[in-house]
Amino acid sequence: MKRTLLIATAMTGFAFAAQAAEVTVLGWGGAYTKSQSEAYHKPFTAETGITVNSVDADNPATPIKAQVEAGNVTIDVASVEFADGIRLCDEGLLEEIDHSILPAAPDGTPATDDFLPGSLTECIIGTDVYATVFAFNASKFDGNAPTSIADFFDPAAFPGKRGMRKTAKANLEMALMADGVPAAEVYDLLGTDEGVDRAFAKLDEIKDMIVWWEAGAQPPQLLADGEVDMSTAYNGRIFNAVVGEQQPFEIIWDGQVYEFEGYVIPKGAPNMEEAKAFVAFAAGTEALAKAAEWISYGPPRVSSGPLVGKYFDGSIEMGPNLPTTAANLTNALASSNDFWADKDTELNERFNAWLAN
Amino acid sequence: MGKQMTDTANSLDNRPTQAEIDLTTVDGTPLKAALANAQKRARRRALFLVLPLLLFVLITFLAPIGQMLLRSVHNPSFSDHIPNLSVWFDENPAGTEPGEAAYEALVLDLRSMRADKTMGIAGTRINYDLPGSRSLFTSTARKAGALEPPFQEAVIATNEKWANPKLWQVMRGASSAYTVDFYLAALDRTRDVNGDIVAVDDDRKIYAANFLKTLFLAGLITFCCLILAFPVAHLLATLPLRQSNLLMIFVLLPFWTSLLVRTTSWIVLLQSQGVVNDTLVATGIVADESRIQMIYNQTGTIVAMIHILLPFMILPLYSVMRPINPSYVRAARSLGATSWTAFRRIYLPQTIPGMGAGGLLVFILGVGYYITPALVGGASGQLISNFIAFHMQKSLNWSLAAALATLLLLMVLLLYWLYDRLVGIDNLKLG
Repeated sequence: MKRTLLIATAMTGFAFAAQAAEVTVLGWGGAYTKSQSEAYHKPFTAETGITVNSVDADNPATPIKAQVEAGNVTIDVASVEFADGIRLCDEGLLEEIDHSILPAAPDGTPATDDFLPGSLTECIIGTDVYATVFAFNASKFDGNAPTSIADFFDPAAFPGKRGMRKTAKANLEMALMADGVPAAEVYDLLGTDEGVDRAFAKLDEIKDMIVWWEAGAQPPQLLADGEVDMSTAYNGRIFNAVVGEQQPFEIIWDGQVYEFEGYVIPKGAPNMEEAKAFVAFAAGTEALAKAAEWISYGPPRVSSGPLVGKYFDGSIEMGPNLPTTAANLTNALASSNDFWADKDTELNERFNAWLAN
Repeated sequence: MGKQMTDTANSLDNRPTQAEIDLTTVDGTPLKAALANAQKRARRRALFLVLPLLLFVLITFLAPIGQMLLRSVHNPSFSDHIPNLSVWFDENPAGTEPGEAAYEALVLDLRSMRADKTMGIAGTRINYDLPGSRSLFTSTARKAGALEPPFQEAVIATNEKWANPKLWQVMRGASSAYTVDFYLAALDRTRDVNGDIVAVDDDRKIYAANFLKTLFLAGLITFCCLILAFPVAHLLATLPLRQSNLLMIFVLLPFWTSLLVRTTSWIVLLQSQGVVNDTLVATGIVADESRIQMIYNQTGTIVAMIHILLPFMILPLYSVMRPINPSYVRAARSLGATSWTAFRRIYLPQTIPGMGAGGLLVFILGVGYYITPALVGGASGQLISNFIAFHMQKSLNWSLAAALATLLLLMVLLLYWLYDRLVGIDNLKLG
């Protein structure tokens, strides 16, 4: 009797331990979180038995500092833009991730050689390449539709409302490209006061027509509601609205700004071991390729490229819809992590002052 | 003791001076001391009763506010990480040209920042005052390990910005954890190379004008609420109970509804493809291509906030109007006053406590409102609390957020004081 009790108690203990194994992942919500849930969360739980709690924020980088400084970290893994990740890493708010825990490619290439240059840092493990593009609602234009980034900034030719993200990043670059600055010179110019003035002057021309959005799920909504005729957006959100919901949206790749995004682990994450296991799992060749079948963000691993096939329901090839496809890169800008890690505060202050005046 | 006290009262009348000396309780202690003792006990008991509340207020209200006030003048994120530079700053007065010793201290500090991963924190602090300095710290700290003396040339060779006198002036300022610079920033001021306070460029001015705008909008909203609430409250107070109860439910129902639901309903109503615009277009009042922009701007903020704050005006007004005796106005009329005079000189003055309470409530709530402007304010309808939230949540410049919040608190206290002087805080009836 006593022994049975002991065993029962021990088993309950194990059951609790198994139940307690969990990891909280902070994402961006909407179609993007859906892709991560399908490609990383569910297979990870199936393989390890560790529960994944998925939570969302408009920008997951912002709660990290608050949580780490307050000493009350509740998230284990967060999906962040690279510039934000570098900034947080420099401030000592992120755990360093040993690259040796990342799985090698199927052919044995070590992860450090397999990841695209720049998609791995001491704190961030790249998960995808996304782009800020602009898209328009085709039902609003008959025949005379916008074709280039210059059209987005042309109030005379296209007088309708347009949506833009309420931040300086990507908007300033797009304004300069629309003003005729070649992509290669954008950051050199933005580094000067004249360049910043020029970008704001270009934004001034359409300021009254802009509806500002903050969450990535908003632009497809604004376009679908007819609240705006065209909007900047994350390319994957538009893709999913078109393919998943048959919306008449079209993406203009001209003037796109693309950037890596990746997973980070905040310092003091409550489930550190599980967090590392999760990040290593998500960095696998197949997991990354699978995510790209749920949303049109490119995988950052060379070995994942050939594995990306069709959209998960088999309806459409993903390749031509990824930001990094050659056809989409004719006038494209790689977002500069160093530039934004450094200038983010200054330019957003200027941006806020510009908005308010 | 009761008997003795009555005796005391009697004897006090006859021989006051001697009574004071003689009076004692049964056990011989002087009456005065015994009384004081008893009162002290009672006070202690009372204190004991309110102690939980007192602690609650201290811990959840006063302590955080105190911490916020402190944060606005105290930011050790640079000063904590520069042991060598602080020594140099202490030994050399302001204006000293930084020489080899200064650069050597800098390199030593950058090396230790690199080791503890704090160069981002320190650089961010300098970046607040001198934009563009953050990467200067992070990139030079990465190279600091390999730098060889003479350090002055070596450091400037990595980036010529290190020779900028303004940078050294900012670093000197930040080498003390205590600073008023965040208040300067909150008032659109900065320091020039000589440390003198100057206004920032016009295209960076933002807060001072927004403080005024916040006050103006809160005032406007309070005024509109008063105009709208007065007739409603009057109706509620004068109708027979059955009808007024029904009306009261109409006032309270939105009051009990979630703030977010009410704000989002306004989006549905006012957006350019929304109910109001659709109706205007359908009736031909407005052309389809010139739909009126009523939301995501200042108009949206004003409309939604008036609606949300209206019950805070109606309820105090109602509670004041209810007990006003209608026979006063009737008496005035019977003595020959016109209805306007009777209203102005008899009815209105009696509602002032309600107007004062409602006005103060709505104004103070309005000045600090955050969620509604964030949702419906677009670019032009943002209030100062939205900028506080921006610096708390996005830019993570908590010291600036604290300075802005402190200024807002001071403004509200000032207005409260003014109100007390003009109307009198006792002349206030909340319900």
